[in-house]
Amino acid sequence: MNRSRLIMVLTWMGWHMLSQTLVASGQPFHPADDEQVLERLSFNPTDPVAREIRALRRNLAKNPHHLESAVHLATRYIELSRSEGDPRFLGKAQAILTPWWQESNPPPPALLLRATIKQSAHEFDSALVDLDEVLSIQPSNAQAWLTKASILTVQAKYDDARRACQPLARFTARHVFLACLSDIAGVTGQAAKSQMVLRELLAHPVVSDPERMWISTMSAEIAARTGDAEAADRSFSEILKTGAKNQYLLGAYADFLLDRGRHRDVITLLRHETRADGLLLRLAIAEQALKLPSFQDHVATLAARFAASRDRGTNVHVREEARFTLVLLRNPQEALPLAQMNWKVQREPADARILLESALAAGNHAAAKPALDWLRTNHVEDWHLQRLAKLVQQESR
Amino acid sequence: MRHVIFAILIVLFVQPAWAHKPSDSYMSLTVQEAQISGQWDIALRDLNDAIGLDTDDDGAISWGEVRTKHAEIASYAFSRLKFQSSEAICAIAIGAQLADHHTDGAYAVLQFIATCPAEIQHLTIDYRLLFDMDAQHKGLLRLSNQTHNQTAIFSQESPVHSFTMGEGSVWQAVRLYLREGVWHIWLGFDHLLFLVTLLVPAVLIRQGGQWKAVPDFAIALREVVSIVTAFTVAHSLTLSLATFGLIWLPSRLVESAIAGSVVLAGIANLYPRITQRRWLMAFGFGLIHGFGFAAVLSDLGLPTDSLLLSLISFNVGVEIGQLAIVVGLLPLAYAVRDSRSYQPLVLRAGSIAIILVALAWLAERVLDISLFSV
Repeated sequence: MNRSRLIMVLTWMGWHMLSQTLVASGQPFHPADDEQVLERLSFNPTDPVAREIRALRRNLAKNPHHLESAVHLATRYIELSRSEGDPRFLGKAQAILTPWWQESNPPPPALLLRATIKQSAHEFDSALVDLDEVLSIQPSNAQAWLTKASILTVQAKYDDARRACQPLARFTARHVFLACLSDIAGVTGQAAKSQMVLRELLAHPVVSDPERMWISTMSAEIAARTGDAEAADRSFSEILKTGAKNQYLLGAYADFLLDRGRHRDVITLLRHETRADGLLLRLAIAEQALKLPSFQDHVATLAARFAASRDRGTNVHVREEARFTLVLLRNPQEALPLAQMNWKVQREPADARILLESALAAGNHAAAKPALDWLRTNHVEDWHLQRLAKLVQQESR
Repeated sequence: MRHVIFAILIVLFVQPAWAHKPSDSYMSLTVQEAQISGQWDIALRDLNDAIGLDTDDDGAISWGEVRTKHAEIASYAFSRLKFQSSEAICAIAIGAQLADHHTDGAYAVLQFIATCPAEIQHLTIDYRLLFDMDAQHKGLLRLSNQTHNQTAIFSQESPVHSFTMGEGSVWQAVRLYLREGVWHIWLGFDHLLFLVTLLVPAVLIRQGGQWKAVPDFAIALREVVSIVTAFTVAHSLTLSLATFGLIWLPSRLVESAIAGSVVLAGIANLYPRITQRRWLMAFGFGLIHGFGFAAVLSDLGLPTDSLLLSLISFNVGVEIGQLAIVVGLLPLAYAVRDSRSYQPLVLRAGSIAIILVALAWLAERVLDISLFSV
């Protein structure tokens, strides 16, 4: 190859590599030093959680056909997938339960966990089929009713969701039943009333810690939606003070802070949460607003992670990807189809918001219609959504 | 009550686990005749769960810990991977183990070579890594042979995939060689310059020892067609002869002669009395350029079963690339042929610049040195 051709090729390669910096995995390398740390594990093996998991695994290994041991371990894994934000734990739960799923009539506890795992993969309809099967065998299974109600809420089938809450009145504690209904009421035009109920429930001593966290997060989110910033901030801070780690809460609080323009607080909150895509996304949005240098790296990392997720043929992070594309890449033309695809699967206020924002930015007001219809039919109380809806209507006039 | 507490955890997080993606491994394979050379990247976190890498229990995996477990990693991984070609298992020889980073952390990189009993026509890959531990694990495969690339995803539901090497290869080979041909003309500055040098005076005509602008486009076009045709016929001829192994010239000689051809073409523009029949020059030097094309084609590696087709595709690609240049250049030159600066600036200064560049190439190639630093 002659020199000038070589220069052309090298220039092209250089450009290509620069454009891929931090995105593609690099060349395999031979670490120079034995001490070089390549990976940090979620848990130190001496951590109590790791010990507990090891004990449960040993227990199951001794008796691999013992359903209760399997369900216990799988449940722990599902909880870990949530607290750590790591979907690998879901795959582990699934592997443990596979033998029971292959039976012609899987036992209800195994079906219930399958529904939960499917729900995490956004296979909502298939999860509902499993739940209905559990309920046909055990009509008093409160957990199945509650999970069903939550999936139906995400799908914006509010009447069905309310019907799924009803049996809880008979099969479980009163506060769980009321919280189930309040969650739906908080979106569908009865925010004030559901806020009142939730606060009453929180004053009740029988409410356990995880339940308290669930109810206060719900209450904080309703306050944020109805524009009661002070109450929202107070609720979020109180839950965080309990030290409970969970990705959903951090994400919801970060969104609230972003909306209030409190970018520095978002950075303080999420500085160390770069492993979870949803949290890294919010961190990068704050960095973008503050023009911090770490912004570029984080955008490149997110782009690579979304690409890696597409490579494996899954897309459970479409809502996040739409937001990433709209807010960080500032590409409404590509964000809109993602937001529309996401709206077909889930219909929560956050999903309506990304759809409206993308449609507005892309200048495609017809695309906003499904979200506008949803807002109107269900009398959704959310000041952001109302503001966006007004903008769409003004602009399309 | 435990029952209900768990339910609440479910309800609170309808979100999927928001993190780095689930477990994946990345495998890239290159198939050549009876051999598969491969690289397999497996996440250290997954290997840790499977065989335990964190021997000092500090919650971190160091290169030293990975290195001491190399044999165990290899035996774990390769006991879950099978290559089968025409009913026979291919033997896997394990090579070096390295490390790499993907979007979700550090990976062990396993290099290997699998040797099958005969040239691989059909390949079946049976992949069972980690499915027993992580039902959402996937193996992302990229398989390539000389003519095309294929991808596949192994999962618990579909752990076995089969590939046919020749499948669709004719059309894909045609496309590959067409593209290479076009790129070669565009990136190979020397061919480009030779052609441009010959084309610059095509919009002029020699009258009474003076260059004059051609009166109409047809005359320029006729001249261009004669030059391009002569060049094409000549290089196609030697390209074919060299590809079929009938003639062979050392590459340094060919490359030097190509540079020389550009020099001479430039000189012929400055001293038009040397030759009036530029098509003849295009033909003569076209023979040399054909050898240059042949060298590129043999670098690409030619499939023995579709040699002729690949040759034709490559050649057609070269002609397409060449034609694109002519179509882009000729109207432009025709439009400005009358301007006062065309002759001094484009024809003379341009030719001198080309001669200088080509002389530098010539020196480089003859003396095997580099004048331009990268």
